[in-house]
Amino acid sequence: MPEVETAPAAGEQKAAAPTRYFLRFTREQRYLHGVLFTTFLGLAATGLPLRFSGSFWARTFAAAVGGFGAILFFHKLCALVLTLAFLIHVKDLFTRAFMNGEKGIFWGPTSMVANWKDAKDLAAHMRWMVGLGPKPQFERYAYWEKFDYWAVFWGMVVIGFSGYAMWFAPFFAHFLPGWALNAVLVIHSEEGLLAILFIFSIHFVNTHLRPDSFPIDMVVFTGMESEEEFKHKRPLEYERLAAEGKLEARLGSEPPDWQRNFARVVGFTAVFIGLLLLVFTLTAYFD
Amino acid sequence: MEVRFAGEKEDGRMAAVVHRRPPSTAEPPQRAHRISPTHRQAASTKTRAGRRTRILLTTLAAASLLFAGMRCASAQDCISCHSDASMTDSAGHSIAVDGKKFSASIHGSLQCSSCHTDIKGYPHPEKIAPVQCQTCHADQQSALSGSVHAKASQHPCTSCHGNAHEIFPKSDPRSAVYPLNVPKTCGACHSKDGVATKDGLPSVYPLYMDSIHGFALSKEGLLVAANCQSCHGSHGILRHTDPASPTFKANIPRTCGSCHAKINVEYEQGIHGHALAMHNPKAPVCTDCHTAHAILQPTQAAFRMQSTPICGNCHQDKFSTYRDTFHSQLGSLGGYVETARCWDCHGAHDVRPASDPASLIAPANLVTTCGRCHAGANLKFVQYQPHANARDRKMNPGLYYVRLFMNLLLISVLTFFLIHTILWLIRSRYEQVKSGKGGKNA
Repeated sequence: MPEVETAPAAGEQKAAAPTRYFLRFTREQRYLHGVLFTTFLGLAATGLPLRFSGSFWARTFAAAVGGFGAILFFHKLCALVLTLAFLIHVKDLFTRAFMNGEKGIFWGPTSMVANWKDAKDLAAHMRWMVGLGPKPQFERYAYWEKFDYWAVFWGMVVIGFSGYAMWFAPFFAHFLPGWALNAVLVIHSEEGLLAILFIFSIHFVNTHLRPDSFPIDMVVFTGMESEEEFKHKRPLEYERLAAEGKLEARLGSEPPDWQRNFARVVGFTAVFIGLLLLVFTLTAYFD
Repeated sequence: MEVRFAGEKEDGRMAAVVHRRPPSTAEPPQRAHRISPTHRQAASTKTRAGRRTRILLTTLAAASLLFAGMRCASAQDCISCHSDASMTDSAGHSIAVDGKKFSASIHGSLQCSSCHTDIKGYPHPEKIAPVQCQTCHADQQSALSGSVHAKASQHPCTSCHGNAHEIFPKSDPRSAVYPLNVPKTCGACHSKDGVATKDGLPSVYPLYMDSIHGFALSKEGLLVAANCQSCHGSHGILRHTDPASPTFKANIPRTCGSCHAKINVEYEQGIHGHALAMHNPKAPVCTDCHTAHAILQPTQAAFRMQSTPICGNCHQDKFSTYRDTFHSQLGSLGGYVETARCWDCHGAHDVRPASDPASLIAPANLVTTCGRCHAGANLKFVQYQPHANARDRKMNPGLYYVRLFMNLLLISVLTFFLIHTILWLIRSRYEQVKSGKGGKNA
């Protein structure tokens, strides 16, 4: 995560010739993503050996880090950090929506909440993929990005709850029926597996590895994207901001080299670890 | 060539030996064993033994003439020749006797001729009859002759008791069969490259030495620690397939129980003990779980790691459902020995069915049993099923449908997005190539 925020420099736009950069993610959002993927990788790396505890790599890994005791410790540590980040995010949403009265949280073009346009976009996008129609124009958050967000949100609740239910099983047994104690492991492990498979294949390709962003979309690390990329990927948002005269308010500066390099190192490392875990997961099925 | 007199350091020439023969009673009792050097052969060959004995020949021949017919009255007389440490018979076997050690040994008060009965005087024949230990040790011999060690060609007595002239009582630390020395004695054959291993028997000595019994013996020096003969017996060792053997399957609980008495009682009260009493051939005995020789401390991580699959050998369905649970997932990764293994819940020796009120897994005892690991376990907590089968709709409907839902969710989400993403990739690449732009924003 960048240490220094490149402040959006509104009104400083007279140098038209060089590429203009616009802010897409605030520092808080980038930090959130940073904490999310770091702890997610940690949880995946310590959870998969449990799910596939009979496989060769699971036992090798467990032996290398000090057996299950160590794995459990790191798993719980990552879980606590991620839970904290999740709670901060929810509290932030709550404050913005109900205390500050930000309307864009729940509806409108900047909201994460799915709307009718997303359904139409999905259908149109798939028609375009098979050559049956024009490419749809996207707003600030495209349907697959909303899906990613809600998949994580749902996953946080489901995996988190089932995880804590196992961690504090005697306590949860006061509220849950007996068979639920058996079910939480199935839920935790299946939902975790879904999250791992989804993130390390679908999310990686949709967001980073597809030709539009290949090999890595650095906007989530730098917060900035070029005007060209902005217009190409989210024309509706660009046009809306231009029409509302808010485009300049989003203007930023080109991310410095150190930030790009940092983003590359961290991003590629994360993608590499993710793909490695994906390969391990898939091999466990063919053992 | 010099042959020293057992009692003296210097001046041990053969002639002197011969002359000093009579006053033997004054000396401490010293004995020798059978003598069969082939003097003539020794003289005619150029072997080391031959050269050594050649010089003695003339003196001996003269002496034998002089004292022919005179009975060898004491060990002293025999020792006078046989104290030569390099003395061998025609086959090259040592026929030397250490007089001091012999006199200190358990047979030290006997005459040489007590065992070497065919030696009546001097000179004695080249070839003499093998010593018959059973003359005195008839019980041991009769046990031995029915045992796995009956083959006379393997010298069963001396193989275990050591040098025939240096045998000590088994309570003496110098004895080869002193409890702390037994494993090493047996291990001479029953280890890698040993005689027994070459006959196809397993190398058990190293297994034993690394076992809890081996450690108790070698590290702590416990005389009560089980050594080889504690379980196998000594003279009458029988194959484990022989119903009379203490290592025959049905006899094992009693054999182990001779030390582990309380555990044997518990075992007999449990379902496995009952099954054994009913002659069920599948009933496990001590060695099925603990192994015979490589017995580990049960609280040791290595034992906890290896033993659950042992129960699974018979209880395959329970093992398979156990492996679906968190207990197993944790347990199989190691380094976390506390995780519940079979006997943590079922008990180790007095395994009883849940229908037995004394069983650890009887409904009334579950809170206590689970509570040993799970502080705060309550009646609802113990409804957890450690062997739940998520694939069995009748037995575990809730779990079955949860798993079904999760699997459908997983498969449908991944299938849809895989198709979506692959199509998208292809189309994006197509646009990229068509537009002629190599880089971004195709």
